Parts: sequence; structure tokens; C-alpha cells
Amino acid sequence: MSSRSASKLGRSIALHLFLTPLALIWLFPLWMMVIFSTMPDRGIFSPSIELLPHGNFLDNVNNLQRDTNFIGAIGISVSVAVTYTFLSVMLTSMAGWALARYQFFGKGLVVAIILGTITLPYAVVLIPQFIMVARDFKLANTWVALIVPPLFNSLGVLFMRQAFSMMPHELFDAARVEGVKEWRIFLFVALPLARPMLAALAIILFLASWNNYLWPLLINSKPGAMTAPVALGTLIGLTKVSWGGIMAGAVMLTAPMLVVFVLLQRHFIAGIAAGAIK
Amino acid sequence: MRYQNATAYRFLAPYLLIFSIFWLWPIIDSFLISFQATRTVPWRFSPTFNWGRLIGDPAFFNALKNTLLILVIQVPVMITLAIVMAVLLNSPLLKARGLFRFAFFAPVVVGEVAYSAVFRLMFNLDYGIINKLLNSVGLPSIDWFSNVTPAMAVIMIAVTWRWAGYNAIILLAGLQSIPQDVYEAATLDRVSKLKQFIYITLPLLKPIIVFCAVLSIIGTMQLFTEPFLITERGGPGGGTETLGLLLYRQGFRSLNFGYASAIAYTMAGLAIAISLVQLWLTRDPK
Repeated sequence: MSSRSASKLGRSIALHLFLTPLALIWLFPLWMMVIFSTMPDRGIFSPSIELLPHGNFLDNVNNLQRDTNFIGAIGISVSVAVTYTFLSVMLTSMAGWALARYQFFGKGLVVAIILGTITLPYAVVLIPQFIMVARDFKLANTWVALIVPPLFNSLGVLFMRQAFSMMPHELFDAARVEGVKEWRIFLFVALPLARPMLAALAIILFLASWNNYLWPLLINSKPGAMTAPVALGTLIGLTKVSWGGIMAGAVMLTAPMLVVFVLLQRHFIAGIAAGAIK
Repeated sequence: MRYQNATAYRFLAPYLLIFSIFWLWPIIDSFLISFQATRTVPWRFSPTFNWGRLIGDPAFFNALKNTLLILVIQVPVMITLAIVMAVLLNSPLLKARGLFRFAFFAPVVVGEVAYSAVFRLMFNLDYGIINKLLNSVGLPSIDWFSNVTPAMAVIMIAVTWRWAGYNAIILLAGLQSIPQDVYEAATLDRVSKLKQFIYITLPLLKPIIVFCAVLSIIGTMQLFTEPFLITERGGPGGGTETLGLLLYRQGFRSLNFGYASAIAYTMAGLAIAISLVQLWLTRDPK
């Protein structure tokens, strides 16, 4: 017994000896992001090794704001992400509900098409989407262009279909016998029951929209219509730009999401792990 | 169960409309565009115009080679690392589990632009923290972005940092769905932990590992932001140009939609092939 607990202790020590440096390496880029964001540019570009925060964060924010209207871009990003998340959760949970709850003509086909195309690379639709939105609909540099096309995302449909089909049918059937309309059953019985799944889905969708880069880069390239990541991206690679400012922008993009992650870790992880249920 | 077509389609219609306009139709349209010469007005049908160019274009083969090289090295390294993270995070012996989870999972929320900026600064030749740390232990600086091999290494390191934890989350969920009594029985039979891992954990986890690998391959195949921002438009000299970046340049810099669509469909073809391999690897044994 004692030799077994001794070997257990040894294993535990080995585990922590291995995992601690790995964790520190993994935290290092985030740590450096914070450090850089608090340093003046001449500090960033100096030969000394700086691993602790300084006090220049607000100056850097000002520098960033001088290089590009980042605060305005953040406003666009927040509004777009909130609207997108709400719309996408509604659309996909309605579709998921229909697939989980009803028998209807063409159901197999709808599911087959969604599943059959979900692993196709996004690059495939990029060109036609761009031509359609920019040239045919003339919607480049508008909010609609940022919000509507990405609503095609079908992850939520599969996720909510799964969520609704795991709920006991008797519940809904009883309501129907009472004469409750289907949309009321969906809105007032099914959705409240699915609250944890909706939370997980909303977090994942919000994050995806917040960090989305390629589509907003292509479709909203005009200053004043850019999202925050796009505005920040335009500075990278320019000369005569404040790198302390860029890092302050990176922190402003990342920190809120890290807070959400820490507070809602369970939902977050559920949302990502759900990517695996297909 | 009776058919409720009207009700069902009322719930489905809004989503299906968006899905058809912005996903289904573009998939077909992209295919059609790839057979058209799009630099003349009006576009004209010419089956070999883009595809013929593609098979003789050194820039395409350079991008394809770079993409495959990143795939072949980065994905296995990352998946291995993700398995290690997931297994160790799942260990009952682990203390301060929350801190470790935070360290490995936090990159999942970091946007591509933010982390590209940080990596670019960290690997700066003269003032980057990586070279400073190398110097402080007596090693020479590495000119990360002027040579192809280290530039590729930076891209692979960045992508691995960003996505290993994401895969670990999925794998960890898989690990936690393995019934504990399997391990208890094995422990009673004095099967070592390593053997338990090889003969119990890995086979049971295989479908999820394959799933993660496929997801990562398809993701890495479309790699765009990292070579766009970290190595400055695929530099040095196209040495880190990927298919995603070539598509961007052809489609949105040269406005050559037909050729860009052919590149996109090459990526789709690769993705389909990989998905078929996945189906075959995780098929039910007869």
C-alpha cells in the first residue's frame, strides 16, 4: 500500500513538472501581449528584456486611436457580433426545432445537404459571396454585409437539433393536446428548456463574429466601415505605426473574451466540444 | 408520426433561405465560375482557361507545396500535443486544474489578428523577445522572417499555439465519456498506466482523434491570416505563401475570380478526399 501511494506521489510530481513549464510557455504570448501593450515604442524596440508591465497602456490606446479609429471599429464589432449572435441563434434553433420535432417532406434531403457540405472549406463560397454582396446587391461597407452572409453557418442547426431531440416529447405533445400553437410551444416551452445549450451556442457564435477576419476584410474595407480586427490588421506591417498601440488594440480585442471565457467556461467548453457531435 | 409540412417549413424557411443564398448556391456558382474566363466582359465559358493555367502555374504549385508541408508537419505535432494535454488535464492527480485549463484553452478566444501581431513582434529579428532569450543563453539570433525555413517554423508554432487547446477541449470531452470501470478493471489486473493508455484510451478515442485531425487539416489547408500578417503576404519571396493567400491575391487583388475559384475548388477537392479518408478510418468494422 505504501509503495503504491509513493509511486502515486512520484507520478503526481512528474505530471506537474512536465505540465507547469508547458503551461507557462502557453501563457507566454498572452503575457507578452499585455506587457507590450503597457510599454512605450522605444521600450518595445530596445535591447533589454522586459517581462513586467509598465504604465503606458493609455498612451498606447491614444497612439492607436491616432493611427486608426479603433474605438469606432470596436463599436461596429460589438454591434455586429450582438446582432449576428441573436439572429443566428434564432434562425438555427428554429431550424433545429423543425428537424427534431416534425416529420416532413424533404427532411432527409435537408439533413443530408447540411451534413454533406459542412466540411467544405469556406474558401469555396468566398468568391461568389463577394460578387453577390458587393456587385449584385451593392452592399459592400454596410452592416448587412457583415451580419447576414455569415448566418449560413449550420453548426447551430445541428447543435439545437440535438438539444431538442433529447427533450421528452410528451412535454410538447401535452401542450399540443391542450391546443397550444406550435410556435408558442417552441417559444415558451422548448427554448427555456434549452437555455444551457443556447448559452453555449451564443458564446461560440459571438466569439466567431468578434474574431472574424477574412470576410470583413474583403467586404468592409473602407475606413469607417471596418471591424476592429480589420482596422488593427491594416496597421500591421506599416512603418511609422505605434506597435505599443497595436498591442493595446490586441489586448482590447482579447481581454473581454478572456473574461467571458473565465466566467462562462462551462458553456464555452460545451460549445466547442459540441463541434464534435455530428 | 404524421407529416406536418407547413409547420415544419415555417420554422425552417428563414434559415434555409440564408443557407441557400449564401452557402449552397455559392458552392455551385464557384464551380461554374472556375470554368469561365472572368477577365473579359462579359465573362465567357472556357473550360480550360483557369484549370489549364492552374496545372502549369508555378505559383500554384509553390502554394500547394507550402500548404501541404505545413499540414504534414503542423497537424500531427499539434494533435499529439493536444492528446497529451487532454490526457494530463484529465488525470485525477492534477492540482490547480483550473489554472492549467486556462493556460491551454485561453488561446481559443484569441483572434487571428491579435495573435498574429504578438507573434510577429515576439519573433522580430533585433528586438523580439525570442531572440533576446536565445542570446541570453548564449545562442545566436535567428533571422526568422528573412529565410523560408524559420518563417515556416514561426507559422507552424503560431498555429499550433492557437489551436492545440481547442483540440484538447474536444479530446477531453471524449476522454470523459469513456466509462471509468474499464480502467478500474485494468488497474485490478495490474495493467500499467502506459498500457492502459495504448490499449484502452487510444482505441476508444480514435474516432475523435480522427475527427480533430480532419478538422485541423481542413482548417490549416485554408490558412490565410498567419502568412498574410505574420510573414507579411507570404514572405520571404513567396516562401510561406499558402493556397488561401494565393486565392486572396488572385481573387481580391488581381480580381481574377475564375482563377481564384479554380484554386478554391482544388481546396474543396482536397477537403472531400480527406473527409472520405475519415469515413473510411472510422467505419464500423464488419
